[in-house]
Amino acid sequence: MTGDLNRKIRKLRNNVMLSLTGVATLLVLLPLALILFYVVKEGVSAISPGFFVHLPEPPDVPGGGMANAIVGTLELLLVAVIVGVPLGIAAGIYVAEHGAEFLTKLVRFSADVLNGTPTIVTGLFIYGLVVLPMRKFSTLAGGLALAIILLPVVLRTTDEVLQTIPRSYREAALALGATRFRVLWDVVLRAARAGIMGGVLLAISRVAGETAPLLFTSFNNSYWSMWLDRPVASLTVQIFNYAIAPYDRWHAQAWAGALTLITMIIVINLGARAWLRWRTGRLA
Amino acid sequence: MLELRLPKKTPPGAEQADPPGTAAELDPSLAAPAEDAPPAREVVRAHGINFFYGQHQVLFNVEVTAYEREILALIGPSGCGKSTFLRTLNRMNDTIPGARLEGEVLITGQNIYAPGTDVIGLRRRVGMIFQRSNPFPFSIAENVAYGLKVNGLAKKKGEQADVVERCLRATGLWDEVKDRLNKPALALSGGQQQRLCIARALAIEPEILLMDEPASALDPIATGRIEELALELKEKYTIVIVTHNLQQAARISDRTSFFLMGRLVESGRTQAMFTNPQRKETEDYITGRFG
Ligand SMILES: Nc1ncnc2c1ncn2[C@@H]1O[C@H](COP(=O)(O)OP(=O)(O)OP(=O)(O)O)[C@@H](O)[C@H]1O
Ligand SMILES: [Mg+2]
Repeated sequence: MTGDLNRKIRKLRNNVMLSLTGVATLLVLLPLALILFYVVKEGVSAISPGFFVHLPEPPDVPGGGMANAIVGTLELLLVAVIVGVPLGIAAGIYVAEHGAEFLTKLVRFSADVLNGTPTIVTGLFIYGLVVLPMRKFSTLAGGLALAIILLPVVLRTTDEVLQTIPRSYREAALALGATRFRVLWDVVLRAARAGIMGGVLLAISRVAGETAPLLFTSFNNSYWSMWLDRPVASLTVQIFNYAIAPYDRWHAQAWAGALTLITMIIVINLGARAWLRWRTGRLA
Repeated sequence: MLELRLPKKTPPGAEQADPPGTAAELDPSLAAPAEDAPPAREVVRAHGINFFYGQHQVLFNVEVTAYEREILALIGPSGCGKSTFLRTLNRMNDTIPGARLEGEVLITGQNIYAPGTDVIGLRRRVGMIFQRSNPFPFSIAENVAYGLKVNGLAKKKGEQADVVERCLRATGLWDEVKDRLNKPALALSGGQQQRLCIARALAIEPEILLMDEPASALDPIATGRIEELALELKEKYTIVIVTHNLQQAARISDRTSFFLMGRLVESGRTQAMFTNPQRKETEDYITGRFG
């Protein structure tokens, strides 16, 4: 009898817990769904082919676009990747592979602190370090700010991926007469590169949406900017400026920009995941 | 077929007479070799090995000798230091921080712990097969060719393909994988993976093969394959194999060394040792009274 009752209670508790986790999942998905729904609804009506090829127009002129901001965001990301990714990967390798213990701990800790630093502070830091001495806003400054945000993410991903590479691969290579460098280069990094690449893409999709660190580093630009030492437009700053302006036409453009940005990020994100799955699936 | 690449000349220090207090004393079968057996050449001689992980000593004055073209089995209860000892023979323990060794290991007469020893070259001569098969996450062909690549052997693609085929044939894997040489090695079965690892070790033509429980993760059929393979390979190589499986030791090894708590208890011809152990501890172990 009591056994029967016990089983019923256990079953009930099981069901309740399962339902609770289900509800929690829904609550998590809800904001995401609402954001997507809203951005798509508002953005689709404001977007047009011209949006992707035209420069911004004053609020009283119809038909402006964000072509320069889209390209500007890509330029900023390029600078960030060129600076932040090699540095992050190299430091991640050092930390995971053969760092002196003290330095390793220090670097990991610093990366975590940097990762938690508000990005506006990062922007401020670059403002003092780059913008003030150069006496102008620039793509370089904006890209560097994004690089600093990218750096700890790439570093920690590299570090973590390398930790997951089994020791047995290293031993196998050593036992075949490989030097430590060869072991690292053709076994460890080769086994880890898919994971590292995936982490890099996720990090890029994260910084692509940054606004605060760009406000006073790359600033903004109504025209094309192909120079490292000139201010440059970016989707996020452009959206910010348009959204707080009192013009309906600009509000609509801000929605279109938001839809473009979120699509870009989702594409990078899904691309990274699909690629990771493909690579790891192929090897497993 | 695999070419044999044993050194021709007998190096200094490999004289046949056993110095007093070493192998001959521990291994009566050596002191009085059978009439028809010519004295075999010592390929591995570990002498007075003490080994420490930090402060923790795990090997005590170990003496082990392995002769040319024989299978030497290392047996003993878990944790007695068999793997540690095996790894001293190709200096794999060098990679462990805080590990320290006293004594000397002569490989064909040269002390591999002498200052200035070329460890990379040593590991090329002394191949190792691990307990868990550990193919790289590359293709089958790349796995076998990896040793050639890092040692700068067989630069040309054609040469490489020849070696790959030869080694896969030697391990009986060729017919099973010849159509998918460029497929991932990790898709092979456990037994196939272990044979692939043996093929990978053979590719650089070592003189000695160290095997650390190579079949412990395999089913009886795959184990049988590995054992047959070991017996074939001993025609050309000296094999030192760690095993927990006493039947396995009895089936394939010529001589056996029994370890207990970091000490060598007894060495001898496997047959003799299993039927008539000299020491009480050995008898207890092989009759299953402990371990
Ligand atoms: N990397 C290491 N660091 C510290 N101690 C170790 C290390 N590897 C092994 N030991 C210790 O050394 C002793 C011998 O271990 P070893 O692996 O050589 O035993 P074994 O005879 O191979 O055992 P098994 O049959 O279980 O594989 C054990 O007490 C073990 O805990
Ligand atoms: Mg072991």
